[in-house]
Amino acid sequence: MSAMNLIARTAALLMVGFGLASLGCEKPSGGTGGGGATKSGETGTPGSPKEDGDAGQIVIGHYASLTGSEATFGISTDNGIKMAVEERNKAGGVKGRQVKLVTLDNQGKPQETQTVVTRLIEQNEVVAVLGEVASSRSLAGAPICQRKGVPMISPSSTNPDVTAVGDMISRVCFIDPFQGLVGAKFARENLNLSKGATLYNRAQAYSSGLNTNFKEAFTKMGGQIVSEQAYSDGDNDFSAQLTAIREQGPEFIYVPGYYTEVVNIARQARKLGITVPLIGGDGWDSEELKNAGDALNNCYFSNHYSHEDTRTEVQEFVKKYQEQYGKVPDGLAALGYDAARLLFDAMERAPSMSGKDLASAINSTQNFAGVTGAISIDENRNANKSAVILEVVNGQPKYKATVKP
Amino acid sequence: MSRLVDQARSLSPAGWTVLPRLLWPLVVGVVIAGLIQFVIGPNISGFTSKVMLVAGINIIMAVSLTVVNGFTGQFSMGHAGFMAVGGYVAATITYYGSIKLFGTADFAGGTVSWTGAGAFEGPIVGKGDLLFIGSCIVGGLAAAGAGYIVGLPSLRLRGDYLAIVTLGFGEIVRVLLQGTPDQIQPWKAKEALDVPWYELLLKLGGPKGFNLLPTYTTLFWVYLFVVLTLIVSYRLKNSSTGRAFLSIREDEIAAQAMGVDVTRYKVRAFVLASFFAGMAGGLYAMDIGAINAGDLGFQRSFDFIIMVVLGGLGSISGATLAAVILTILPELLRDLPPIWPAGLVLLAGMAAAQKLRGQWRLRPLIVVAVLTAVLEIARRVCVAKGINIADYRLILYASLLIVMMLSRPQGLFGVREAWELFGRGGKKPAKGAA
Repeated sequence: MSAMNLIARTAALLMVGFGLASLGCEKPSGGTGGGGATKSGETGTPGSPKEDGDAGQIVIGHYASLTGSEATFGISTDNGIKMAVEERNKAGGVKGRQVKLVTLDNQGKPQETQTVVTRLIEQNEVVAVLGEVASSRSLAGAPICQRKGVPMISPSSTNPDVTAVGDMISRVCFIDPFQGLVGAKFARENLNLSKGATLYNRAQAYSSGLNTNFKEAFTKMGGQIVSEQAYSDGDNDFSAQLTAIREQGPEFIYVPGYYTEVVNIARQARKLGITVPLIGGDGWDSEELKNAGDALNNCYFSNHYSHEDTRTEVQEFVKKYQEQYGKVPDGLAALGYDAARLLFDAMERAPSMSGKDLASAINSTQNFAGVTGAISIDENRNANKSAVILEVVNGQPKYKATVKP
Repeated sequence: MSRLVDQARSLSPAGWTVLPRLLWPLVVGVVIAGLIQFVIGPNISGFTSKVMLVAGINIIMAVSLTVVNGFTGQFSMGHAGFMAVGGYVAATITYYGSIKLFGTADFAGGTVSWTGAGAFEGPIVGKGDLLFIGSCIVGGLAAAGAGYIVGLPSLRLRGDYLAIVTLGFGEIVRVLLQGTPDQIQPWKAKEALDVPWYELLLKLGGPKGFNLLPTYTTLFWVYLFVVLTLIVSYRLKNSSTGRAFLSIREDEIAAQAMGVDVTRYKVRAFVLASFFAGMAGGLYAMDIGAINAGDLGFQRSFDFIIMVVLGGLGSISGATLAAVILTILPELLRDLPPIWPAGLVLLAGMAAAQKLRGQWRLRPLIVVAVLTAVLEIARRVCVAKGINIADYRLILYASLLIVMMLSRPQGLFGVREAWELFGRGGKKPAKGAA
């Protein structure tokens, strides 16, 4: 029995010891030094951790879900940001200073996000923060940045609430209402359709938000929604909803879901004899679309960018990304890249690296030539930019049109 | 007969002591929480205090789950669901209450809840604090109500069946909350004034989450509730109700034969645990400033179950310690400090303790030595090879959990409390045998 007791005490003491040691180490060491805890995920010039807080480097932070169910989003974004940082450092850095990126994983949890953002700001002494993809986590990180007076740029959170947190928070992607509008505009004006149906995921903020915004915009433009059907997370059989839609005879179906659902929906729709085009949003953006075969032919979705866009920024970015990571960059990588570059641009223009100066430089960005289009930050700190429409041809998205705001 | 009654009467405490007996936990809580907030708080970094705050919320969750999973032996997998119920109720009352009563959704508290930048001028406790703390309590009550509704029909079930029902409950809560209408954002506060209460309180934002809440949660509030939760659970464990709980865990049929109304006591445990979980939900929502049902699914429940199991089923101090460890550990593994100094100190301390007790046990010493060595070597290798240890921290975290469970399958403290272990071989044998 007492052996057991000892093991218990051992384990307990060991863990408590760890804990105390960690917290002890993690207190800021005061003065200008950044402390020792900044080794994780660094890109850019290598240097011993003790030099971190020196005037030589500019430290920026990125928080992302590198583990958890949405890890692919976080990793793509991080790749884009890393590339932007390396590129900038090769070109001489910002104001002659090298940039160092610290990326921390939040496991896809809001509580963890707050801890991580606090850590970036206090221990790594970052001058600006980039993150996150998911709006729920951006909304957790944003109040901390706002409170501490550190600018935060979200690469791809589309919920309008995110930037409402305060003047330190901005973003480089368009917001949900705009994407709904783009889909409606394209259906109404480019395809000249007037009778639509929608099929959306009721349990998902992204999907239900887009559905509402699309419906509003389409009806305003004189269109008519003849049927509105919903499904939930994890549903695989959509035949009931699709049959109901078929009976109303719409000219197209708006499907603002993720690619996994869209592939199933398209196949089942074709099986039921529905031949009208499906239209969707950036959730479709994935290589997995090829699994749909020809079921998605003559279907369209709005997106942040197309890697087929012929603009030089896009072509250079795609080429470099492919060289470095061996695959075609998705929209999230492009947005991460743009967020970092927009931040560097603002740093060059800002009179100092203080949070206030930097934030006002970011917020006054006009016509920044990003990979995902010309970005202007509006008075609500949202990005005012165009969206592209892609057509799916045998599972491959092809550039179709650009829709301006 | 009447002599016996008189004797019994004389044993019960005098009437005037009712109020002090009722209030002392609150006083103790306020004192400890005040110390943490105003003495320790200003001297630690924001990061440390953030970790402490999260640890506090996790302590409340783990200890309250101990009442169900530990004391009563019922395997509940829906604890995060109760947290969500309490969190949403507290959030909606605080948010829309602020709008209706104060005109805006801005922070309206005092010094105790100030989390913003810079110094704060104002009273210690503001009107917003009262609203916040009231809403947390109502959130707790709502969660307790939910616990009652779920518990009454389902607690006749046992083991796996109950686990599935509670799992289902958590998912139902999540789906229902995700189906609520859009939130009225702070800049549209004027619109909210015209909407009737009952309609307003249900505008919880659906799948987008309930966002932009005023933040009130500070170390003070969290540790006030931590202390209250700990005192209540400890007193409960040693009360007749607590013993009934323990008897149900040990042998349900025997308990029934001894006259314990099994279902009623299970529901009691469930309701009590839900109450604390609901309050923790309120603290959680007003700490982050947003709450999203999608983040409080069954995966979150598992986090708390791990804490309870690691601490030892039925040990309050074990659950507390496990909650603290499991909060700190992932943060710590992001950037592993050198372990060997701590390991050596620990080894020396243990050897000294064993010398004092006059008995030498090699196994624990070896476990510590090997663990320290392995971790240190891993760390050195990573540093030398330029491998970023943070990328593997969740693997390390999981393997440490496995090591802990293998070397101590009954949890850190088993069914007992920390201080009982440090006595001579546990002078208080398992109390639950009654």
